[in-house]
Amino acid sequence: MKTAIRKPSGSRAATGPVALLVATRKGAFILKSDKARRAWKTVGPMFFGHTVHHMVLDPRDQRTLLVAARTGHLGPTIYRSTDFGKSWKEASKPPAFPKVPEGQKGRVVDHTFWLTPGHESEPKAWYAGTSPQGLFRSEDGGDTWAPVSGFNDNPMYQSWTGGEQDGTPDGPKMHSVIVDPRNARHLYIGMSSGGVFESADKGASWKPLNAGCRADFRPDPYPEYGHDPHCVRLHPLAPDILYQQNHCGIYRMDRRAGQWERIGDNMPKNVGDIGFPMVLHPRDPDTAWVFPMDGTAVWPRTSPGGKPAAYVTRNAGKTWKRLDAGLPRSQGWFTVKRQAMDADAREPLGLYFGTTGGDIWASTNEGAKWSCIARHLPEIYAVEAVAAAR
Amino acid sequence: MKVLIPDPLRSYTDERRQVEAGGATLAEVLADLDRRYPGIRFRMIDEQDAIRRHVRIFVNGGEVRALSVPLKDSDEVFIVQALSGG
Repeated sequence: MKTAIRKPSGSRAATGPVALLVATRKGAFILKSDKARRAWKTVGPMFFGHTVHHMVLDPRDQRTLLVAARTGHLGPTIYRSTDFGKSWKEASKPPAFPKVPEGQKGRVVDHTFWLTPGHESEPKAWYAGTSPQGLFRSEDGGDTWAPVSGFNDNPMYQSWTGGEQDGTPDGPKMHSVIVDPRNARHLYIGMSSGGVFESADKGASWKPLNAGCRADFRPDPYPEYGHDPHCVRLHPLAPDILYQQNHCGIYRMDRRAGQWERIGDNMPKNVGDIGFPMVLHPRDPDTAWVFPMDGTAVWPRTSPGGKPAAYVTRNAGKTWKRLDAGLPRSQGWFTVKRQAMDADAREPLGLYFGTTGGDIWASTNEGAKWSCIARHLPEIYAVEAVAAAR
Repeated sequence: MKVLIPDPLRSYTDERRQVEAGGATLAEVLADLDRRYPGIRFRMIDEQDAIRRHVRIFVNGGEVRALSVPLKDSDEVFIVQALSGG
């Protein structure tokens, strides 16, 4: 049976050109398509030399862009554009932890890793997830940011987040900040490491949401928290349906049941169900894509066997289909990071992913055939597919 | 006093290599610098008032590590960014 959707009228497909907001280790780029999504023009680099972890469009006005940036040597900041990237202004108060009294060791934001626009009822609100794990909120379109102390100063913070050794090689991160489209006060976050957490009161209090999810790198493989979700997604038209690509497999949850189910067990055994990104079909809660990587032995984190492929499920994870037409048949050692794969809103749906090797691959038919639309960019951290500005 | 700005921070100073800022301590000079060139301080000093890992600050040729160091108008502050990276 198909999962019911909340608002069928909201499921209309887009028709215009697509823009890809590409964040890389050396700056940001925007790729713009023609209407057929065949020809692509690359604009940039912007913030050349900056490490850009995320560039995100505000869906509420379709014009405002926020960019999370730092350089190798200078501190982290946020840049804002209200004209789709023609001009930029730096945030006057970027995310930062509060200063602690002399003699105490305070936390320092190394970089902002994730940006999420707020609820449509709060047109200037944004959330930011940082490394180390911190949640920040802006109420003025990203100009000034304040810590969400219900999380950052929670008495359980240390237990939930662990230590430096529990994070990614580039530091522990908060990511996948999700706002329930039905309720501005209902939030989810993902942390590597820490797990998935939920707040029903706009971030004032939090509860772990990891039941059923494995953490097989810990003594207890089913702990209450301490997991490593790589990417968590909520379906906008069926907001009780969550998916996650985790360090320990692919999962789906119906929030009303409150239990993660490992739908990755249905992936081919020789491929496995480890990866970074997870992409949902904006009009079908039962359809999702992943891009598996090698999570065996020392975790190469590249395409299994050097044969890159996306996989799609169209029945909420019961079965998966390999999508590799057009991708290298061998010696393709892709890594696709957790923010580096996305879908547009067209019919048929367009899919896009960026690789650590600096290539961008696109499909205009939901993954049935892939083509490379940009090569030789810097290492790609994030790809967001949006409607191109008119 | 005279403050010398490294390349990576000159987008804040209209590309000027040398600017003026005042104060009785390094903290005050950096606060004045940030008033004149908003945002520049946080790129080199973190929220716990520590000089960031790859930034060095010299006063009259000697490295300083604390923002509380007293300064006088005739001093020259030299901000340096480390050359490491890739």
